[in-house]
Amino acid sequence: MCGKPKLTYFNGRGRMESIRWLLAAAGVEFEEEFLETREQYQKLIKDGALLFDQVPLVEIDGMKMVQTRAILNYIAAKYNLYGKDLKERAFIDMYVEGTTDLMGMIITFDFTPPKERNLPLIIERATTRYFPVYEKALKQQGQEFLVGNQFSWADVHLLEAILMVEEREPTVLSKFPVLQVFKARISNIPTIKKFLQPGSQRKPRPDDQYVATVMKILKKD
Amino acid sequence: MAGKPKLHYTKGRGKMESIRWLLAAAGVEFEEQFVETKEDLEKLRKDGHLLFQQVPMVEIDGMKMVQTRAILSYIAGKYNLYGKDLKDRALIDMYVEGTTDLMGMIMYLAFQPPDAKEKNLALIIERATTRYFPVYEKVLKDHGQEFLVGNHVSWADVHLLEAILMAEECKPDILSPFPQLKAFKGRISNIPTIKKFLQPGSQRKPPADDKFIAEVKKIFNI
Repeated sequence: MCGKPKLTYFNGRGRMESIRWLLAAAGVEFEEEFLETREQYQKLIKDGALLFDQVPLVEIDGMKMVQTRAILNYIAAKYNLYGKDLKERAFIDMYVEGTTDLMGMIITFDFTPPKERNLPLIIERATTRYFPVYEKALKQQGQEFLVGNQFSWADVHLLEAILMVEEREPTVLSKFPVLQVFKARISNIPTIKKFLQPGSQRKPRPDDQYVATVMKILKKD
Repeated sequence: MAGKPKLHYTKGRGKMESIRWLLAAAGVEFEEQFVETKEDLEKLRKDGHLLFQQVPMVEIDGMKMVQTRAILSYIAGKYNLYGKDLKDRALIDMYVEGTTDLMGMIMYLAFQPPDAKEKNLALIIERATTRYFPVYEKVLKDHGQEFLVGNHVSWADVHLLEAILMAEECKPDILSPFPQLKAFKGRISNIPTIKKFLQPGSQRKPPADDKFIAEVKKIFNI
């Protein structure tokens, strides 16, 4: 089925943002439908559009795909951002799972009651568990990209993670010179540069209103 | 690099169990080194064997792989349990993510405080019977084939069987509304490699008991 992929999600980052990043990096134009009311969400469920009653939902190539990782895997493979063989895939998968865990902490953060939030833990994890790994991987290979000397999903995901953490702690890359260079380089890839400009489909940081809307739609009080 | 894969984890199910299932289903023999104390974990970390300081870790084909999904994807890809093309993969990925979510809920149940356990158990049973099992029941009914994807055994089938058995441990008659899944369970359990894994004496691990939970909490400082 021809036509642009269509993304259905809340009007914010959440779990859909990594998918927007990857499509944008691959130079793929996409449409979006935003969930703004509980009724809309319930209608999607009633119409059988959501395999497990959850969003993200991405309509692509005749499929109604759900489950973030499944969607990302598909896009990465389709647009040649998944390495050239099984071993490169293995490394891309490992790196992406790391950045997923890190970004997952931040996504959850915004939905945690203020009293229970722990930003210092996130920054500690970023600077002692995650960033050192990518700093080392890039340094060891002396290459531009994380895997196989070729631009891949792992690079896009790492840039997304870096920017997300920097929003909470602007100096977080101060001890990571290689990541600083990486950030500048990947940001300058034309498709990514375009996505980083105002007016793109990149979503802003969640605010209280966004959190409230999501909780209302999913009925999580 | 020759030699059997070597699994590093605690001596229980947790996040490693799905990996044991998949290797067993693929007929791949593997070794295990158990993390039994905090010191065991610290040594693995200090020696630089854990990319993100976490287990599971699987030594396979010259790599020290971490991150459960990465390891499972690699094994599935290597042993032809990942479908024949991108679209098969997409379906397998979606199905596996569903069973991962369900099994994740069950896994964490053992770590809940007693007062939350009953409520969470009820939620697990509700999710299994209204969100997850109906999906797989319908997939099998709609195409009438033996396996979930592409008329060929895949990672999705192994993972679904694992999830069914785990859910049955929560509620033994949980499959009663699902005739397709009952037949599926019988069929997949009879695949020789899986049948072997289901027999006593295999490397399949038992459900966590209180003693094991206490040990795990100590090792991981939780």
